[in-house]
Amino acid sequence: MNKIFEIPLYPYTRSPDQDAEAPVRRKVIVVGAGPVGLAAAIDLAQQGVGVVVLDDNDRVSFGSRAICFAKRPLEILDRLGCGEPMVEKGVQWNVGKVFFDDRQVYEFNLLPEQGHRRPAFINLQQYYFEEYLVNRVRELQAGGAPIELRGRNKVLSVEDRGDHAALSVDTPEGEYALEADWLIACDGAGSPIRQMMGLDFVGRVFEDNFLIADVIMEADFPTERWFWFDPPFNRGQSALLHKQPDGVWRIDLQLGWDIDKEEEKKPENVIPRLRAMLGEEVKFDLEWVSIYTFQCRRMEKFRHGRVIFAGDSAHQVSPFGARGANSGLQDTDNLCWKLKLVIEGQAPDSLLDSYDVERIHGADENILNSSRSTDFITPKSEMSRIFRDAVLDLSERVDFARPLVNSGRLSVPCTYDGSPLNGPDCAAMPSRTRPGSPAVDAPVGGGWLLSRLGDGFRLLTIDAEAPEALEEGGIAATRLALSARGAPELAERYLGAAKSAVYLVRPDQHVAARWETYDEAAVRAALNTAAGRA
Amino acid sequence: MSTLNTTPNIARPDDFYAALLATHEGLSKAESDALNARLVLILANHIGDADVLGQALDLAKGEGSRG
Repeated sequence: MNKIFEIPLYPYTRSPDQDAEAPVRRKVIVVGAGPVGLAAAIDLAQQGVGVVVLDDNDRVSFGSRAICFAKRPLEILDRLGCGEPMVEKGVQWNVGKVFFDDRQVYEFNLLPEQGHRRPAFINLQQYYFEEYLVNRVRELQAGGAPIELRGRNKVLSVEDRGDHAALSVDTPEGEYALEADWLIACDGAGSPIRQMMGLDFVGRVFEDNFLIADVIMEADFPTERWFWFDPPFNRGQSALLHKQPDGVWRIDLQLGWDIDKEEEKKPENVIPRLRAMLGEEVKFDLEWVSIYTFQCRRMEKFRHGRVIFAGDSAHQVSPFGARGANSGLQDTDNLCWKLKLVIEGQAPDSLLDSYDVERIHGADENILNSSRSTDFITPKSEMSRIFRDAVLDLSERVDFARPLVNSGRLSVPCTYDGSPLNGPDCAAMPSRTRPGSPAVDAPVGGGWLLSRLGDGFRLLTIDAEAPEALEEGGIAATRLALSARGAPELAERYLGAAKSAVYLVRPDQHVAARWETYDEAAVRAALNTAAGRA
Repeated sequence: MSTLNTTPNIARPDDFYAALLATHEGLSKAESDALNARLVLILANHIGDADVLGQALDLAKGEGSRG
């Protein structure tokens, strides 16, 4: 049986653009059909913005790669119309165990808060994730949405010409020229676009190698995340075991810096390592092996004129904490509505600079967390190892040391505190839903708040009066009227000490501003601020 | 902001000092380093206050007040 990643899902076909006399100008071109590029394209297309995705390949990711998807990205995928198949296929987990040397030192439960549609995390191979996104692209195409996916279209050059970007693209049938009003580069950590434009990508290199092995086994390990510090089967290093769908297990073994990567990747070297870890009696098949190193770094700016970087092309983190693909999806969530407003002439071009402000804030938070996890997992000095081991040792005996154990601080969404798009706050309301925060889900009237919010500007009213719609300079905010009666989670998450609430929510479901009662002038001003027109 | 206590606060200083040394008695350098690290973490947690901990770190590094 062929694996999904062996089948061309978007094989090359000739586009009329290749036969055009002059380069065809597209509204938006996305480079890269990975999770981030596909999410960007779906977001734009379902809002009616024409988009073409170019990828030098024609199939989904080889190997499982990103496997851990957090709640906020799942909510974004719901908005994109493809959260359900991901969650249905994905493995849900809540329990994590931490081992040190030959013993378990403690166990944690993510204990997800009740009253959310989506779980804290699912594990799902990147190839399934991409497949479901491609399915969504096909569904949109069937409905007539302006989205195209061009396989084996490799970008050879790109130039920002001020009012558009010009590209040359190579295909199996030769090169062609193409233009884009806007180009979104989602071409990964090694981003050829970034290199063609000669842009910086600075940060910190971590001198370490990690072996990833996906194995298929019938084993009675529970659906938990197991993390080992300095285990007998991988002395002085770390190890991770995590379950994926289809009986596939992710094993991640730290190898150290001075190794021969090609040698280490050979099955005859990998299999004994896995046997030592899993036990001699466990039967398994190797599905995929890879060795990775990583850096924590970002571009100084993500927007460069008409070219905008998103996902790993803009920022790279260690894998500890699942902050790569998860933050990339938050990038495009942040970018696409802004780009739509700019393209449709409803917001100034400078609105896109707020993408830089907000997502650089997100990237810095991720880099900080991921660097700290890495420093704990792979101590770089004798003293850092002494303290690390002291924390682990104490964590077995006393509670206080457990929060210090850092085997990856799992991805949580970023609040855009201090963003220029934020409007007024109301002090009586809960901090978690302050301006800049992603709206927190809650059960409402047999459904979910986030599904009801959808993807336009919303005026969420809770036991407050407001008009059904408000238009300001071509942008409409439509009302979602709810009551806190019989909705305790909604009251707790949105009212706090206030008796009523009016929230202005952005199309990416982040809170723009909030008040206790409706004030038309204030809402209009906040809408202008949120659209970068203030 | 809370302030680090840099005035004498240990009732019988010689007893404490002797107890500290006795705790390390017979340990190798590596074992003593590990013990010291555990001790720092235990005491830091007891203090808890980030301002006080910051002042303690500065003082230990030679950058803080000499009391």
